[in-house]
Amino acid sequence: MNDTFVDFCLLVLLVIAALAIHRQRKLFSAVMITGIYSLLCASLFVCLDAVDVAFTEAAVGAGIATILFLGTLAVTSDVEKPQKNINWPGLLLVLTTGALLDYGVSDMPEFGMASNPVHTYLGGTYIGQSAVDIGVPNLVTSVLASYRGYDTLGETAVIFTAGIAVLMLLGRGKHDEEVKN
Amino acid sequence: MEHHLVLHVVARLLIPLIMLFALYVQFHGDYGPGGGFQAGVIFAVGFILYGLIWGVESLRKVVNPTILRILSASGVLIYAAVGVASMLNGGEFLNYSVLADDPVSGQHLGILIIEFGVGLTVASTMTILFYAFARP
Repeated sequence: MNDTFVDFCLLVLLVIAALAIHRQRKLFSAVMITGIYSLLCASLFVCLDAVDVAFTEAAVGAGIATILFLGTLAVTSDVEKPQKNINWPGLLLVLTTGALLDYGVSDMPEFGMASNPVHTYLGGTYIGQSAVDIGVPNLVTSVLASYRGYDTLGETAVIFTAGIAVLMLLGRGKHDEEVKN
Repeated sequence: MEHHLVLHVVARLLIPLIMLFALYVQFHGDYGPGGGFQAGVIFAVGFILYGLIWGVESLRKVVNPTILRILSASGVLIYAAVGVASMLNGGEFLNYSVLADDPVSGQHLGILIIEFGVGLTVASTMTILFYAFARP
C-alpha cells in the first residue's frame, strides 16, 4: 500500500515535471527541470529495487547530462524560438505512436508475475547457479560481467564509439587552435 | 571567480569524497550495487565538478585530453584482452573460469579486471565529452 502511494506520487511528479519542461520557454530552466525529472526517475528505480539503474540515472541523467545541456546552451542560445502554429502532422504522429504504445502495453504480461516469460527462461538458472559458478554475492554483477560478458563488452565499445563521435563532431580542432593563438 | 568562496570550499571537501566513493563503487561492485559503469561516471563527475568551479583550463592541466583518449581506448582493450587471455588458457572468449586454478577465483579475477576496463573507458569518455562541450 505504502509502495503504491510512493510510486503514485513519483509518477504524478514525473508528469508535472514533463509538462513544466514542455511549457518552459527559457531553456536554462527547462534543463534544470530535466535534471529534476532524472532524479525523480532515479527515485522510481529505487522503489523498483533497481539500485544499480538508479545509481546510473542519478549520476548520468541528473549530473552529467544536465552539465552537457548547459554547455550546449552556452554555445548556442538559451531562449526557445517561438512557435505559433500547431504542427498537425506532428501531432497526428505523436498521438498515433502513443495509441500504439498504449495498445502494446495492454498485451504485456502482468507486472511481477512468476509465470512471465522473463522469469521462465534463463533467469532461474542464473539465480540458482550464480553462487556456485561465480560466487559473487551481487547477482546483477555476475549477470552483467560474466553471464552476459559479451553484451557488456559491446556496451563499453558503444560508449567508446560515442566518445569518438563527439570528438569528431565537436572536439579538438577549433578550441585548441584558439588557445594557441 | 574569487567571489565563489562557498563553492570553492565545498568542492574542495566534496571532490576527494566523490572520488573515494567512485573507487568504492568500482571495487565493491561484486558485493553491493554498482560496478564499472557507475564508478566511471561518478569518477568523471569529480573531474567535471573541478572543471566547473576552477575552469576548464585548470582541469586540462590536471587531466590531459590526449591521455584521456588513450585511456578511453585502453579500457575497451583491457576488456577484450581478458577475453583473449581466457581463449589462450583454453576456454571460450570471456570465459573467466579458466583464468585461475579454481573456476570461482578465475571468475572473481575476470570480473574485477573487466569492471576496471569498463570504469576506465566510461570515466575518460565522460570527461572527454565534458571537454568537447565546455567552452572557457
